Amino acid sequence: MSQDYKTDDEILGKAYDAKLMKRLMGYIRPYRKYVILAIVLNVVVAALGPLRPVLTKIAIDENIKGKDYHGLMITVLALLGSLLLQALIQYFLTYYTNYMGQKIIYDIRVKLFSHVESLALKYFDKTPIGRIVTRVTNDVESLNELFSSGIVMVFSDIFIIVWIFVFMFLMDWKLSFVTLSVLPVLIYGTFLFRKKVRDSYRDVRFHLARLNSYMQEHVTGMNVVQIFGKETDELKRFASINDDYKQVNIKSIFYYAVFYPSVEFLSSFAIALIVWYGGGEIVQGKLSIGVLFAFTQFTEMFFRPIRDLSEKYNILQTAMASSERIFKLFDTDIIIKEPEKPMELKEVKGEIEFKNVWFAYNDNDYVLKNINFDIHPGQTVAIVGATGAGKTSLINILTRFYDINKGEILLDGVDIRNFSKKELRKYISIVLQDVFLFSGTIKSNINLNNSEISEAQIMEASRSVGAHRFIKALPEKYDEVVKEKGATLSVGQKQLLSFARALAYDPQILILDEATSSVDTETEILIQRAIQKLLVGRTAIVIAHRLSTIQNADKILVMHKGELREMGTHQELLAKRGIYYKLYQLQYKDQEVTKSA
Amino acid sequence: MKSLLSLKKYFYRYKTKLLLGVLFILISNLGNVYLPLILKDSVNALQKRADYSQLIRYGELIALISLVSGVFLYLKRQTMIVASREIEYDLRQDFWQHIQKLSLRYFQNHSTGDIMAHATNDLNAVRTFVGPAVMYSVDTIVTLVLVLSIMLSLNVSLTIYSLLPLPLLSYLVYRLGGLIHIKFTRIQEKFSELTTKSQENFSGIRVIKSYVREENEIKEYKTLSHDYFNKNMDKVKIEALFQPVLFFVIGISLIVVIWIGGLKVINGTMDLGEILAFVVYLGLLIWPMIAVGWVVNLIQQASASMKRLNKMFEEDYEIQDNELTDHKIKEIKGKIEFKNVSFRYGENLPYVLRNISLEIPQGCTVAIIGHTGVGKTSFINLIPRLYDVTEGEVLIDGRNIKHMPLNILRKHIGIVPQETFLFSDTLANNITYGLSENKMEIVESVSEISQLKKDVESFPKGFETMLGERGITLSGGQKQRTCLARALAIDPNILILDDSFSAVDTHTEEEILKRLKAYMKDRTSIIISHRISTVKDADKIFVLDKGVIAEQGTHDELVQKQGIYADLHYKQLLEKELEELN
Ligand SMILES: Nc1ncnc2c1ncn2[C@@H]1O[C@H](COP(=O)(O)OP(=O)(O)OP(=O)(O)O)[C@@H](O)[C@H]1O
Ligand SMILES: Nc1ncnc2c1ncn2[C@@H]1O[C@H](COP(=O)(O)OP(=O)(O)OP(=O)(O)O)[C@@H](O)[C@H]1O
Ligand SMILES: [Mg+2]
Repeated sequence: MSQDYKTDDEILGKAYDAKLMKRLMGYIRPYRKYVILAIVLNVVVAALGPLRPVLTKIAIDENIKGKDYHGLMITVLALLGSLLLQALIQYFLTYYTNYMGQKIIYDIRVKLFSHVESLALKYFDKTPIGRIVTRVTNDVESLNELFSSGIVMVFSDIFIIVWIFVFMFLMDWKLSFVTLSVLPVLIYGTFLFRKKVRDSYRDVRFHLARLNSYMQEHVTGMNVVQIFGKETDELKRFASINDDYKQVNIKSIFYYAVFYPSVEFLSSFAIALIVWYGGGEIVQGKLSIGVLFAFTQFTEMFFRPIRDLSEKYNILQTAMASSERIFKLFDTDIIIKEPEKPMELKEVKGEIEFKNVWFAYNDNDYVLKNINFDIHPGQTVAIVGATGAGKTSLINILTRFYDINKGEILLDGVDIRNFSKKELRKYISIVLQDVFLFSGTIKSNINLNNSEISEAQIMEASRSVGAHRFIKALPEKYDEVVKEKGATLSVGQKQLLSFARALAYDPQILILDEATSSVDTETEILIQRAIQKLLVGRTAIVIAHRLSTIQNADKILVMHKGELREMGTHQELLAKRGIYYKLYQLQYKDQEVTKSA
Repeated sequence: MKSLLSLKKYFYRYKTKLLLGVLFILISNLGNVYLPLILKDSVNALQKRADYSQLIRYGELIALISLVSGVFLYLKRQTMIVASREIEYDLRQDFWQHIQKLSLRYFQNHSTGDIMAHATNDLNAVRTFVGPAVMYSVDTIVTLVLVLSIMLSLNVSLTIYSLLPLPLLSYLVYRLGGLIHIKFTRIQEKFSELTTKSQENFSGIRVIKSYVREENEIKEYKTLSHDYFNKNMDKVKIEALFQPVLFFVIGISLIVVIWIGGLKVINGTMDLGEILAFVVYLGLLIWPMIAVGWVVNLIQQASASMKRLNKMFEEDYEIQDNELTDHKIKEIKGKIEFKNVSFRYGENLPYVLRNISLEIPQGCTVAIIGHTGVGKTSFINLIPRLYDVTEGEVLIDGRNIKHMPLNILRKHIGIVPQETFLFSDTLANNITYGLSENKMEIVESVSEISQLKKDVESFPKGFETMLGERGITLSGGQKQRTCLARALAIDPNILILDDSFSAVDTHTEEEILKRLKAYMKDRTSIIISHRISTVKDADKIFVLDKGVIAEQGTHDELVQKQGIYADLHYKQLLEKELEELN
């Protein structure tokens, strides 16, 4: 696996990006009451902390030295009051900022999910599912920290520092300058550290993404690993990926190991300065001991927020990177456009016409070339052709999973682009070539949690496809739990369920794309009989590799390399001695032999 | 908490680093707690009008000591945190080794999302415990002991007064920690539901769009997100108490020092420097106290995670080599025998296969045919021991496969699973997956047999084309043929094809079968299919029905027999005739 390949997940943006921030702020707007409240509370609470050294100074210089019992009592009570107030405000502050954060990410998450649901299949073709899932879950989650602690904490840190400065300078400006003389070094160090950490953080993320995608993939394909007895080799590969991850982590430890002690040292150095300079002043009688007390406490107080700023920087950076990816997804507008004034589809007769249809998944790489045909209401039409001939593509454009490049597709004489997708699809059921089951129950997989589809309808549909028999044998019948991707069902059974789903929706137009490829012949015949009854008055399109399954078609379309090469009934096509005839020969010559044997 | 004991062996492995770490913590803390004493002395000296040079000495001393303690702080991280990363590595490695040995049953009954949650969240929680949590615990304890002893040596009664609130603190931390933990678990459960929901929604987007279920799905997602919101707020309500309570209690201590200490100073039983020392010491205790709360949280999370991991580690391998394994077996030829084999997926589930006995001679090609869900896949899964028989035994070359080294058994079986899976790697690497090296001749020859070549020729990068996430998506038929090539490449003595042509068009299937015939000549092969045309040339055909072998024989014999097979044969013929009549 190539290393230089970087996905979105590994891109790391700036810690602060004005444009992104502005968009994020858009989500805060509905909650601005909370923001204002939080800022006000922050200003107050930030002052309460630094107020304590001031009170301590008073206690020492005035009360204790002045042997003033009563005064000491009052100062202590003031201390207690400030403490209580601080605790109370802190509680509400934390609660409300978290409330706000959670609300905001709820909004973003639901909006993002809805957005993804509306995207066209083209987007899903190009984007790994895992990545989209990460967007709506983890990426949104990392915004939580930004909203619930990040932004507010940055404010509170700034306020605290400001208050400390105010109190310090009010007490003694000269000592303040001496104490703060270490600040430039601290700021420079933090800056340097931040840069290093950012780089190593990027490496860590990159290797973590690699590790996770390796695990994800190999858990999914574990049976292949085991069948081929590759456990030892895979363990070695895993070890190397795991080791890379360890190494980058250890590298990043170094920066932290240097940074934190350095800050500690600087803070002690500041205290040394206070003792040395402040002591001198005290000796000369220019300064009281209480101020010295207060300053040592101030030093403690302002080094912590600065030190933690680097941590917050990481939060900010992660959040920015996440929001960049989230917004990129929001900005993805690969959608199939709805008409401005959608026409109503009250009733569908089921007449379909393709007129000079051209279609390409990518640019001009035409997969369907100049397709023309029509299907009368109630007809059953079969599409045959080799793999990759364009059969699935043909039905993909009929339901507007993709839009065509040229030409038009008409339903009951009207261009399908005049209907809303929802309306259109309501009347069409497709049994997809790739079976997909959701975790849930048998029932929920057939009706897809649509309460309008009754139990009786579900059973009826299952009977028609011959699934009822095996469902009945399950311990919980229709309420039997279906595992992820239907892991505990046989492949054919899964296909039957997906077939039953289509019938349960009672469509006017039924499309079967290789709907019985994994089903045994007997069941297949059973299904054919059942749907023949069902299809009276409805239109059906059937795609099949096995010609036997399309015997009753009113019309057969033969696709070849994206072109519609032959069209007609079985007999007509045989008489033509073209592609269909050849396909037919191939499939049945063996049986001819056995029959005569 | 007990669950964390299973980490013992890892700690033991890195004991040198960890013990050094503890030592470094001790030294750096010694420096830290010494500083306030100097402060105290300097304040006391100041009150006695100390001279200037003395102050400079105090300043220098402070700077020097903090420099030394800084160096050890650096060393502390370089030992303890580094050790935690090493342990994380080992743990993850063990985790993976374990996962790889679990049987198919485990993977069919657990979702990928759940397993991944163990691999990411749980491992991470444990790592945080092993690293920061342990480090801060040691740090806290050391600081606490040192600070307390110094405080006591300075002034016993003031120490006792000022530390009175601490037991209350511990109690609160303990209670709140427990509550938070419960809430946290609920949040994680909800989060994993959210993840699963998104995962399935996006994987099954075609289905959702086809049946216009978008709005319904969004509604459900909203409900789920809202639940998640509520669960989070439940936790916030309690968590928000944590810091204020801690600070409040510590603040009380400070007040006590100033009040009682102040009185003592006024009474002349204590000097001012001591108050400063006490104030600074309490300051030193603030961080450890916050750390206590934090660490308690981490430990709670880690122990819950470790419990889940342990549960996984305790998960039975079910299928593995044991004392009965005969490691002398280095090769298998391919005679397969089933003796009274019965199989079911679970205690309370019905039997899928019942009392099956059959023999497949070495070099034979047999076919299995039977209804959907009759148990064909289950049957062949027993041969490479993806599942073990419930009763009876499967023999290869006359030996029970349970006594064969698993690796040898599987290395000689080439199987094309009914559901295809390919890695996101190049086509060539996928085909040669079962080989130790990437041989181009083999790739060429097996792709020729599986008729993949002509498809590959149309790819610009040929066999070097990337598949999956970073490359192209193959069609169903192409995937099946790649899987076939992959199985052929290992040159197996037993070849198993489980409905491997379902997505391949008939013409191509025909071509493949023609070429396979030569390939399978001396190999034992088992082919599952629903089509008579695919199976009719087999040396023997088994018809599986209702859990038993209902019929067996060659195509002609079975047609003669006028049973299930013959019926099927006629049905498929009939279809054809019907067409001709049309
Ligand atoms: N989502 C897609 N993006 C790009 N190309 C695609 C996509 N789906 C299919 N194609 C390409 O379009 C062509 C026609 O594919 P289509 O799936 O319509 O064939 P098909 O006749 O249904 O084949 P099969 O019998 O294998 O289902 C193929 O070359 C295929 O590789
Ligand atoms: N992991 C499992 N746990 C429980 N039941 C299972 C599991 N896998 C399969 N089954 C059940 O066992 C029976 C046999 O399944 P199996 O996959 O062997 O059928 P099959 O003959 O291969 O069918 P198909 O032709 O559809 O592939 C089915 O009823 C199925 O629901
Ligand atoms: Mg099967």
